[in-house]
Amino acid sequence: MRLVQGNEAIARGALYAGARFYAGYPITPSSEVAEECSVVLPRMGGMYIQMEDEIASIAAVVGASLAGAKAFTATSGPGFSLMQENLGFAVMAEVPCVVVDVQRSGPSTGLATKPSQADVMQVRWGRHGDQAIIALCPASVRECFELTVQAFNFSETYRTPVVLVADEVVAHMRESLRVPEEGELAIIDRKKPSVPPSEYKPFEADEDGVAPLAAYGSPRVFHVSSSMHGPEGFSNNDPANAARKIDRIHRKLDMHRDEIVMTRSFDADDADVLVVAYGITVRASRAAAREARSKGVNAGVLQLQTLWPFADNEIRRAAAGARRVIVPEMNYAGQVAGEVQRVLGPERDIRGVNSYNGQILWPRDILETIMA
Amino acid sequence: MTVFTQGLRYLKEGVTPHMWCPGCGNGIVLSALLRAFEELAYSNEETVVVTGIGCWGKADDYVVTNGFHGTHGRALAFATGMKAFNPRLNVVVLMGDGDAVTIGGNHFIHAARRNIDVTAIVVNNFNFGMTGGQVSATTPLGMATSTTPYTNPERDFDICALADVAGANYVARATPWHGFELEANIREALRKKGFSVVEVMSPCPTHYGKYNRMGTPVEMLRKIREMVLPHEEYARLGPAQKKSYFPTGKLVDRDEPDFNTRYDEVRSRAMKD
Repeated sequence: MRLVQGNEAIARGALYAGARFYAGYPITPSSEVAEECSVVLPRMGGMYIQMEDEIASIAAVVGASLAGAKAFTATSGPGFSLMQENLGFAVMAEVPCVVVDVQRSGPSTGLATKPSQADVMQVRWGRHGDQAIIALCPASVRECFELTVQAFNFSETYRTPVVLVADEVVAHMRESLRVPEEGELAIIDRKKPSVPPSEYKPFEADEDGVAPLAAYGSPRVFHVSSSMHGPEGFSNNDPANAARKIDRIHRKLDMHRDEIVMTRSFDADDADVLVVAYGITVRASRAAAREARSKGVNAGVLQLQTLWPFADNEIRRAAAGARRVIVPEMNYAGQVAGEVQRVLGPERDIRGVNSYNGQILWPRDILETIMA
Repeated sequence: MTVFTQGLRYLKEGVTPHMWCPGCGNGIVLSALLRAFEELAYSNEETVVVTGIGCWGKADDYVVTNGFHGTHGRALAFATGMKAFNPRLNVVVLMGDGDAVTIGGNHFIHAARRNIDVTAIVVNNFNFGMTGGQVSATTPLGMATSTTPYTNPERDFDICALADVAGANYVARATPWHGFELEANIREALRKKGFSVVEVMSPCPTHYGKYNRMGTPVEMLRKIREMVLPHEEYARLGPAQKKSYFPTGKLVDRDEPDFNTRYDEVRSRAMKD
């Protein structure tokens, strides 16, 4: 047990999950992930490589993953914007990989050292074209570790990129962390093909919607493409094939949404006032809800550990008996509040508490809206 | 007994005729590459052909080795990840002048600086063929394209000079006119440990040739031949004359340690730490 920074916990979680390749470009407030990897990965026979920009970083991660590595990168808003096209490649070519986005205040260079939660929609919709993605969001140093492990597991299980959406505060604060023993947390490796090499098709999915993935250099020769492709991985412009592919990259997440969507409930079950929160804001929300209870208002918190796919069912359930739902978040537009309104309907009393000046939300900011 | 198939054993079945226009140099470059694969006895399993986007970027569709068709300009960055993680792979990156030195210029100079052990075969046809003949970073000053109708106000990159100063271990230039030399250069580049580049100056009669009235495909190929001189002859020219030609053949041949060798040294230092 020792005091560990969130970014270091992310790096440690990645290595625990089996990551052996990191490619990245330094950016505040994520750089400690890179620094930690540059120390530890070469000792383990892995590789840390600093690329020329974030476009190249995610590209190298994708390349290494197809060569068989569990691979990842870490960045912040400006770098995450640059990664979008090749992240879309990873969605299209179904390449397991993890991208850590430690959110900072924007737009553009913005308040480069200050926290924000304004990348929620970019994480979901930042790439062109129809695509789906998994995004997890830690609220503590311990979750930085555990959700990073989970991010790799999801990425390997569903052959899809996963974004770990942290924020500057979670990434830079220090809390005690007990690193789990080997074997304590489940580690999942991608499904390998078992058919003879001549029969292997890199995009022919099993019943679970996921196709086994070989590695370059293994006996199974294969082809992947950014262009629309058939089960063999070669270009295929047939409309029926295109529809099948787009349908499947959505369906393989949809059909497993109950395993992917993770929430935590803090007195949410009997809450008259429900606070839906994610990331560092969960901490202030829990303090505010506790204080509201001491003042006689039944408040509770539903924490979204999974941001995408969105927790429609869980929010609907938790909010069933609530007269008011509050969504505190560090962005102007209420990026998650809008989703909550979509889920619960326009007639429900949903209030945002928003901070967009680089300052975190305090319990009193949230308490005020609970008590109002 | 092994029968030499002129590279045909690496050509995917049922994909010909290929999509390239009559008079394009790509088919000649591909056949030289596949013959070089065969002479070096490359295995399909340990070879990855990596492409970006463009006419030459369709070449991965025609080979039986592992293939990777990525995004525009980023082929070298994807390839870097593959080779860095698995040094046993033969990673061959096929790019046009757009992929290599226009949108992807940053990755090109950094791949050379890093000396990653991959081979880049850059087909330079002086314009963006796939999208209809627009100007590229290798379109010479004063030439016409579909987006420089009053001629190009910008100067062009010299791909080989760029690779040289950025630190590539092997740099050569060839043309489809010189098929055997081209194949020899590709073979040497594939064999070379470290970053290696073969630039192939190639005709695009459909667009670049049309905009600049360069005649039939054969006439255009002849014009390209007239633009180049073997580097030994080129070296004997005066500074003024040199401006009229590009040197061909092997221009750079070094044996600096490649990235993976250097990184192994980092690993040993880290493990002692």
